[in-house]
Amino acid sequence: MGTFKLLQGNEACAEGALYAGCTLFAGYPITPSTEVAEYLSRRLPLIGGAFIQMEDEIAAMAAVIGGSLAGAKALTATSGPGFSLKQENLGFGMLCEVPCVIVDVMRGGPSTGVPTGPSQSDIMQCKWGTHGDHPVICLTPAYVQEIFSETVRAFNLAEKYRTPVIVAFDEVVGHMREKIEIPDKGVLPLENRRRPTCPPSEYKPFDETKGDVPPMADFFSGYRQHITGLNHASDGFPVNASPRIHTDEQRLIRKVEGNRKDIIRYETVMLDDAEVAVFAYGVSGRSGKSAVELARAAGIKAGLFRPLTIWPFPEEEVAALASRVSAIVVPELSLGQIIYEVDRCAKGKCRVEGIFRVDGDPITPTQIFDKIKEVK
Amino acid sequence: MSFDYDQYIRGGKLPHIWCPGCTYGIVFKSLLRAVDSLKIPKDDIALVSGIGCASRLPGYVDWNTLHTTHGRALPFATGLKLVRPDKKVMVVSGDGDATAIGGNHFIHACRRNIDITVIVLNNFIYGMTGGQHSPTTPMGHIATTMPYGNVDPIFNIPELAKGAGASWVGRGTAYHVPALDKLIIEAIQHKGLSVLEIINACPTTHGRRNKFKSPTDMLLWMKDTFLPITAFGKLPPEKTAGKFPTGVLFKKEGAPEYCETYYGLVERLKKQREKGA
Amino acid sequence: MANQQVTTAEKIEAIENPTVKISIIPRYCKGCDICVKLCPTQVLAMERFLVKVVDIDKCNACMLCELRCPDFAIFIDKKIVDKKTTEVQETPKGE
Repeated sequence: MGTFKLLQGNEACAEGALYAGCTLFAGYPITPSTEVAEYLSRRLPLIGGAFIQMEDEIAAMAAVIGGSLAGAKALTATSGPGFSLKQENLGFGMLCEVPCVIVDVMRGGPSTGVPTGPSQSDIMQCKWGTHGDHPVICLTPAYVQEIFSETVRAFNLAEKYRTPVIVAFDEVVGHMREKIEIPDKGVLPLENRRRPTCPPSEYKPFDETKGDVPPMADFFSGYRQHITGLNHASDGFPVNASPRIHTDEQRLIRKVEGNRKDIIRYETVMLDDAEVAVFAYGVSGRSGKSAVELARAAGIKAGLFRPLTIWPFPEEEVAALASRVSAIVVPELSLGQIIYEVDRCAKGKCRVEGIFRVDGDPITPTQIFDKIKEVK
Repeated sequence: MSFDYDQYIRGGKLPHIWCPGCTYGIVFKSLLRAVDSLKIPKDDIALVSGIGCASRLPGYVDWNTLHTTHGRALPFATGLKLVRPDKKVMVVSGDGDATAIGGNHFIHACRRNIDITVIVLNNFIYGMTGGQHSPTTPMGHIATTMPYGNVDPIFNIPELAKGAGASWVGRGTAYHVPALDKLIIEAIQHKGLSVLEIINACPTTHGRRNKFKSPTDMLLWMKDTFLPITAFGKLPPEKTAGKFPTGVLFKKEGAPEYCETYYGLVERLKKQREKGA
Repeated sequence: MANQQVTTAEKIEAIENPTVKISIIPRYCKGCDICVKLCPTQVLAMERFLVKVVDIDKCNACMLCELRCPDFAIFIDKKIVDKKTTEVQETPKGE
């Protein structure tokens, strides 16, 4: 039996990081994520970890990557404007295959937007925010307990696949308080990056002959290496106009896309015999669950598909769903972002209808229920 | 030869990419000699850079090397140092990388006085991208983005570092090589944020456009313009215009170093908990 | 990665006299002319954009060319003559 606490979503995120073995947080104050930083500023010094508030969001992302290269499990937390700033260094982390976790507590946007209101309008940015082709893992918890466990999972995925992992939840879920259970140490399995065992003279930081996820040596551990943001060969040194660039970038994408079964998680509610499905995540997923219950009470066979992993997108699951329902309703706190993915995967086999809201308040169960009735 | 550079240069990497007459190679050799004399094991050193010609240096050296994004070497280095405060972390950066896009990180690293050695290779131009003006391109000089002569005022890098809180500030040049070795040694040994500006030449994108006839001319210009601090001090005030001192320009021993302060707090909290237990 | 003998694996053109040996690695020389211009005794010259020794006897092993070469292309070995045995050794590395 673990410990029970009444925690805010952001605090649960911090607890998840600590549970996973995080020993470095570098961040910058930004509503509505600041509580993650503040919580860790109290806890990390007590476990000998490093907490630093950097001079800006870009520096925070850099420090996280630097710390991870030295062997630490590292976290940063931000919101829309800060997430925009972090993109270049996030891409560096992806190309150089550095495990780390980035939390985006989504708020109204674009620009300064609505700092204290929820949104889900960074979700495409999570996938495409940084330039170039890059692998993306993005998790979307909707409950405070889930924020805890998905943050632990984010660290595990980061270590296992040697890649930055984004945890994206909205301001409502980040600021709400719910009772959660923090399991005892050892209950939830933890992953650690595979470190090399070969002699240092043979070590290559991106040795694809050792698998799609190459072993990664810590800086200062006796395995000297060169890490660069230029496209590079397996020995870490830059290459230009080489077929290697193509094959190595394909490997990066394959690290994630080829491991969908391991990475994709979702929750379904009353979906087995559903005729209308609701595809929703985060706070919209919570409203979606209530909406589906309302619909069932009114005799409509509705069901919920709630992704916990949004990237890689659950393509197969949505394609299969589209074959057996007449419509998928996609409520999102944006003017339509994830709906395009649902539509792409539905391939015209069913109607795909969105509910969009960007006024600073969540979509209500009633709104979703009304739409279900409309499309049935 | 007077020094075995082989022990530090990664195999098969020479000749390096810097242009004929680029003085970065001179500084590179000086850095290797300086670090060698300090007998720091290779595994214990990280050299971090941003983007630009200066930032290409780490790829050549057999240390833990990290070539990051433009202007951002210092925060990457800060992450490394925070996790391994027992190791030597150094940054090499160009004038644009350190003081333009990297300006914010530069002043904050100085303010924190974190124990990182920052070597700024100032060649007065953005060389890698073809010769655009930087925050140190002399007024009136021609650059690709100042075709009528630079009108953009310039930084004095040591003054910037000192003003921001760096506890060791020095300036060397690629001409005054033996003095440079000593400056690099002192910059590395100093505990706290050290900023060593090293005056360099870019004949290809700067020298050629500004009436320097050869790389050697640029070195001789350095000899005449950047004077050892004692010689500079002896100049009458009216003769100092357009001349700059080299050497250790500012030093403050015993200033609180960031990691020491932070981990000192961690220790104190631990002792408090043990007492209370 | 294994550290090979970087410079000595390259083709070296060496010329010597009883007091000094000047080694040039042509592949590294970029013809920048710095060593030639700054040699105080005019030992060197440029030939087809590569440095060449023209008068080794004028060399007093001041080391300035080696110190100022940006490209690891020229090295000076001062020969130390042991006065007792007249055994000659080149400058030990690291001095």
